[in-house]
Amino acid sequence: MVTRPVRTLGFGALALVLLTGCGAQATAGGGGDAGTPRVGGTLRLGISSNPDCVDPQQWGTNASLNVSRQLVDSLTDQDPADGAIKPWLAERWEVNADSTAFTFHLRDGATFSDGTPVDAAAVKASFDGARALGPKAALVAGYLAAYRGSTVVDPRTVRIDFTAPSAQFLQASSTMTLGVLAPAAYNKTPEQRCQGDGLIGSGPFVFESYKQNQQVVLVKRKGYNWGSPLWKHTGEAYLDRVEYRIVPEPGVRSGSLASGQLDAITDVQPVDEPQFAGNGFTEPVRPNPGIVFNLTANTTRGVLTDPKVRQAVAKGVNRQEVVDTVLTKNYKAATSVLGSATPLHTDLAGLLAYDPAGAGALLDAAGWRPGPDGIRVKDGQRLSAAVVFSAVFNQNQSALELIQQQLRKIGFDLRIELKTTAESTQIQLSGEYDFIWFNVTRADPDILRQTYSTKAGNRSKLTAGNPLDAALEKQAATTDRAVREPAAAEAQRIIVEQGYSIPVFELTQVWGLGPKAHALEFEASSRLRLYDAWVAE
Amino acid sequence: MTRRLLQAVAVIWAAFTLSFVILYLLPGDAALNRLGAAEGGITATPAEVAAVRAEYGLDDPLVVQYGKRLWAATHGDFGKSVMTGDDATGLVFDALPSTLEIAAAGLVLAVLFGGGLAVLGTYTRHRWLGNLLLSLPPLGVSLPQFWVGLVLIQIFSFQLRLLPALGTDGFAALILPGITIGLPTGAIIGQVLAKSLRTQLAEPYVEIVLAKGASRARVHFGHALRNAALPALTLVGVVAGNLLAGTVVTETLFSRDGIGRLTAFAVNSQDIPVVQAVIVLSAFFFVTINLVVDLIYPLLDPRLAGRVTRKAVAAGA
Repeated sequence: MVTRPVRTLGFGALALVLLTGCGAQATAGGGGDAGTPRVGGTLRLGISSNPDCVDPQQWGTNASLNVSRQLVDSLTDQDPADGAIKPWLAERWEVNADSTAFTFHLRDGATFSDGTPVDAAAVKASFDGARALGPKAALVAGYLAAYRGSTVVDPRTVRIDFTAPSAQFLQASSTMTLGVLAPAAYNKTPEQRCQGDGLIGSGPFVFESYKQNQQVVLVKRKGYNWGSPLWKHTGEAYLDRVEYRIVPEPGVRSGSLASGQLDAITDVQPVDEPQFAGNGFTEPVRPNPGIVFNLTANTTRGVLTDPKVRQAVAKGVNRQEVVDTVLTKNYKAATSVLGSATPLHTDLAGLLAYDPAGAGALLDAAGWRPGPDGIRVKDGQRLSAAVVFSAVFNQNQSALELIQQQLRKIGFDLRIELKTTAESTQIQLSGEYDFIWFNVTRADPDILRQTYSTKAGNRSKLTAGNPLDAALEKQAATTDRAVREPAAAEAQRIIVEQGYSIPVFELTQVWGLGPKAHALEFEASSRLRLYDAWVAE
Repeated sequence: MTRRLLQAVAVIWAAFTLSFVILYLLPGDAALNRLGAAEGGITATPAEVAAVRAEYGLDDPLVVQYGKRLWAATHGDFGKSVMTGDDATGLVFDALPSTLEIAAAGLVLAVLFGGGLAVLGTYTRHRWLGNLLLSLPPLGVSLPQFWVGLVLIQIFSFQLRLLPALGTDGFAALILPGITIGLPTGAIIGQVLAKSLRTQLAEPYVEIVLAKGASRARVHFGHALRNAALPALTLVGVVAGNLLAGTVVTETLFSRDGIGRLTAFAVNSQDIPVVQAVIVLSAFFFVTINLVVDLIYPLLDPRLAGRVTRKAVAAGA
């Protein structure tokens, strides 16, 4: 979220050179999931940025969610393998026909770390409390956009009502963002909860301390025995203690792992990846579900008003070359506007093949002729558009520079404009952009509605009542996969075929695990789950 | 003394005003940073953005915002951080101890090594050794801090595994960040002290003291060093700014909390209350250091007792 200094890239490269000797000396060992889990011990985990706030309901950065996931339980859990929603705090649930009422039947025996029961009243207090955070809690605002209220049916049954069909809520109920906090938590201010004060959940770990920019410490919840059926064991977590060390410099993070000062790290940079492959270290990898890194076109601006131009741009991007050149083999070229880890993802690789000749033919047919500098021209207008981006992901700039070169070959001039968060936010609000470059993590296809519906984000500036709106509304209205899947597939196809979005690559989480660290798991949104994790002696 | 205090107040006021104007002139504001920070950008409606702006007083006219902030600041209240909602002054004081630790370590190392090099370099009878020693400070000034810190970590932490690369446990964790942050300061102290020692050693009184039978060591340490220390001491007040400027790099590299990290985050997110709290408290810190330096002067040079000769109160602020 904060623009990273550009020098981190150069530093990473230098660190790699300096580290080569060091990494090679690392002793071979277990790593991964080998061996019998050991109970006890401390995991020292290096994370790349300050979480700023550790309340899952308030903050949506990876760094924050990787901490807060361990502190709270959710009503449901989501299977990373197929996106299916499974029981957790709720044993079972019913959804009404138009997905506006969700009734959850809570399991017995779960308690918050202050000893109070996880009952229907607590769930209601937590959802009301989350909604009351308003627009500053961006993720909650999306998940509970149509929240009408919660009703305590009986102590173990809670019904959550919406003013509009909200099929996505079932998946949202599995996220840490809608994790259930104890009623006592809301006696504290949101700012206090951010720092961990009163952040009382029922999760397998309990908050102990948070020193800004240095570390967050969690300890095992004694007596925990209400985990999700998707997890590998039952009872308490293995680890006694988790120390999240905030290590912003990628080279220091990887060097600390290589030299044994950390047990595991997140956000291994592409340049550092080779040193943790096959020398006692392991490198868990998972792409983020949700919208891939893409150029979303404003269909009301300049040359991008012409669908043929947008389609030509889609054909002119060589996705595999971006992955091979700027990223690593751990990253995937996009095969749809949704990442491959997203439930109901449709493989549209055929539409996204690199086809410069096809792009040229489209532009020829539309009357764009090569100009003196190689950029096509029509009626005195240059075939040119700007892309606005911020440096949230280190490789953004290099990826866009490569795409710029690729598009030049089909006679398209892509201008790259790096902006601060505030600037790009302002530009998004005003709608004064040609392309915007972004990704969004969400393990549900409804993220397309939030982003492209004319009633929500409308990033492509479409007009109301277009075919995409209809498909998006259809997938929002039912949790029945048989109905939802074709609607979600249609939405993806329209977005890609019409060139509303030009998908490029999938953001991917790459972790590095030292020889002692085992079984750090990805949950369905590719965030960290530490319940089954353990460290060898 | 009254004039000095007025100057100090003027410096702090100027720091306050400049930081406000610069942050205000940047495109966007903290409310947009706060609401648009999530992946995929802003989801709030313009009305919701307006409500957050109002909550932090960002919708008031420039003059009103400035006036309100200035009035509150004179009462020690810089407002709440827009990003985290925490009290801005509290954030600065939370971050301060960690920064003071490495700054103190850096200053001690800078004085020891910078001063040591200057004294040895000018004392030795071996011309080549003196030249070698005295060429180190200019080299130290020219080395980028980031690179120095990185090399130190690589050698002493990752390769030799003698010192930790991160963490704040114990004295050992202070050594590498202390050297990193103290190096440019030590180099400047070394340069200035060496230059003024040479000047002093060329003064006629040195001949007289030697003629009266004093040893070389007595001349060097008892007379020349004492006189030469004055410009170097003045410099300590100025280089406090160097130390603070080095905190961003040093704290990032060594994964420490502190004023540098807080400032970087606040500036990036245009969090005016936090930036102003940092700047005003830093200005206050400089003014105080320089005042202390002025008070030490007469102890070194009795001719200055009862007089105030230095005009630049808060150079480097």
